[in-house]
Amino acid sequence: MEAFLSSLVSVAFHGVAFGMILYVISVGLSVTMGLMGFTNLAHGVFAMAGGYILVSSLARFQIPFPLALFLSFALVALASVVLERLLYSRLYGASELEQVLFTIGLIFMSVAVARLIYGTLQQPVLLPDYLKGQFSLLGRDFPAYRVFLIAFSGAMIAALWFGVERTIWGAMVRAAVDNRAMAQSIGINTKRLFTITFAIGSGLAGLGGALGADIVAIQPTYPFEQLVYFLIVVSVGGLGSLRGPFVAALLIGITDTACKYWLPEVGAFFIYAATIGLLLWRPAGLFGRRA
Amino acid sequence: MNSYTLRTTLVVAALACGVTALPVAAQTIKIGLISSYSGPGAAQGDQIDKGVKLYMKLNADKLPPGVKIELVQRDDTGANPDVAKRIAQELIVRDKVQLITGIVWTPNLAAIAPLSTEAKVPVMSMNAAGAKILNAAPYMARTSFTLCQSAYPAGQWAAKKYKKAYTAVSDFAPGHEAEGCFTRGFKEGGGEILGAVRIPFANPDFVPFMQRIKDAKPDVIFAFNPAGKQAAAMMKAYTDLNMDKVNIKYLGTGDIVTDEELAGMGDAALGVTTVHHYSAAADRPANKAFVAAYKKEYGENLNPGFMVVGAWDAMEAIYAAIRAQKGTIDAQKTVDFWKTYKSTTSPRGAFSIDPDTRDIINPEYLREVRKVGGKLANVELETITAAIKDPLKEWDKTDKK
Repeated sequence: MEAFLSSLVSVAFHGVAFGMILYVISVGLSVTMGLMGFTNLAHGVFAMAGGYILVSSLARFQIPFPLALFLSFALVALASVVLERLLYSRLYGASELEQVLFTIGLIFMSVAVARLIYGTLQQPVLLPDYLKGQFSLLGRDFPAYRVFLIAFSGAMIAALWFGVERTIWGAMVRAAVDNRAMAQSIGINTKRLFTITFAIGSGLAGLGGALGADIVAIQPTYPFEQLVYFLIVVSVGGLGSLRGPFVAALLIGITDTACKYWLPEVGAFFIYAATIGLLLWRPAGLFGRRA
Repeated sequence: MNSYTLRTTLVVAALACGVTALPVAAQTIKIGLISSYSGPGAAQGDQIDKGVKLYMKLNADKLPPGVKIELVQRDDTGANPDVAKRIAQELIVRDKVQLITGIVWTPNLAAIAPLSTEAKVPVMSMNAAGAKILNAAPYMARTSFTLCQSAYPAGQWAAKKYKKAYTAVSDFAPGHEAEGCFTRGFKEGGGEILGAVRIPFANPDFVPFMQRIKDAKPDVIFAFNPAGKQAAAMMKAYTDLNMDKVNIKYLGTGDIVTDEELAGMGDAALGVTTVHHYSAAADRPANKAFVAAYKKEYGENLNPGFMVVGAWDAMEAIYAAIRAQKGTIDAQKTVDFWKTYKSTTSPRGAFSIDPDTRDIINPEYLREVRKVGGKLANVELETITAAIKDPLKEWDKTDKK
């Protein structure tokens, strides 16, 4: 019985941690795709860029970890403004197919560029000592970095929720997404608003890639390999919702971990079966606003 | 095109261009190199390419005078048997290559095998290691390895030190092979397998699997994943769960800590014990010279992995076959030459080719990941066996009797 309880605690902790990893690498997409309604399959490109910035800052320039995290947010956000002005903004009203084609093309280009700069091998993440090792709680050891990830993601969802639901910026974004023409006619500068929101979404993607880099390896094919996870989290959570992806990531993380632990032979496929089941039941996702 | 018409063509071409001082009539041997230059296997293809180019650059004097190698490179885009078969066909029919080499992936080697047999073109596999492909392809040989050559002695070695093992392998054919060979070696030595888990390819988090293994309390884990991020992620899960602190040993074949990937895998790889035929950190003189030449060519921070050595040794075997035939390549003579081929100058140590199977007979070493001069390295601790034939094919023989 004690052994069972003990494994229950492990599964719960690792499940939440894995859920947070999923959330962290997908959170940017919940803004650009979930909130802005842009089918941004190139989300992983921004996440990968953030990861590479973190890795280079730590290894090549010996920048402290918190500053490196901030850099991966800020630099990716800045770069995304350029991309948004030059490319993305032209496709806001375009059909989903066009958006998909454009962003897939962007992925191919980024994979080639990343390979050119960093080569094909994965990059090591040199975590600071205080995030290595173990964190003891109630006589059990937990990996310190995963504890940090859980806390950080918690703070991130709180800040994001506050920003969208409780600030004037959030209200303007929601208004502009729901009815752009109306928002413009009441004097909202939607062009600038979308640029800023897109920058925040991409910056979050960069931050997520950086935070997850220790667990989800950064290498050139990252945007393709992780795409399925981003999409699962956002689609199960539901478009147009911020809470949705968070709950979805948590749900997937815990059940996936539990299945892998107790039924390792079939457990790893659970995540896909659950996604199909959930979407059949609720095609718009758990918290989807738009059908 | 035979060498006579080739020479005539060259002479005619030279005259036509008005060249008066013609060097010794050049004889060109066309070699097809099938490797992965794009796609997800580009990192492996890069290793092959580096080994081939380095060998050719440093050993031009090992060809008979006047003989030149023309390398026809083709991209198979990864583990892609259809493409491999098509380009092999083009190489044979259109480019008229006399010999094919390269080949990173087992399915690609299998796809090329019937072509090699039908067209009587010798093939030297630099990497693809699937055990039984050579059986039905009389013109194929191999300078790489087979998985069982490492996994089986790993099981035998582990059985001497540990009682209970748990196997954790990636869920694909090589993973199954490694699991089977380790298990056989470990059980023959009296060990007990507590459990076996096969982990799907698309798996971002290894912690739940490792937690399960930790709770089963084995003495040793036998691990096999493709080198790089998968192997690194599993080791990270192992260290994250403090499994080294509860005396669970992490054992695998060298594939999980390849020398080229090791630097990127981080400290999670420290202490990992593996059995393999090659380590860039080995202090054999032949290897030291090889690694020095590699670093000089490609950069101080890069280490050659076992695929570079597979390519290097294949080129040496090809050059030797050309020398033995005085600058020509005849299919039957080449294969006969390879069947009795022995190398004492390989970076991996002395190896030979098995006349019965045309497969490689490798030395195998026990190694541990340690820090050498601040960098991770596979330090060789002991020679497990100086020469091992592929156990799978040997078992086939004994099981039939």
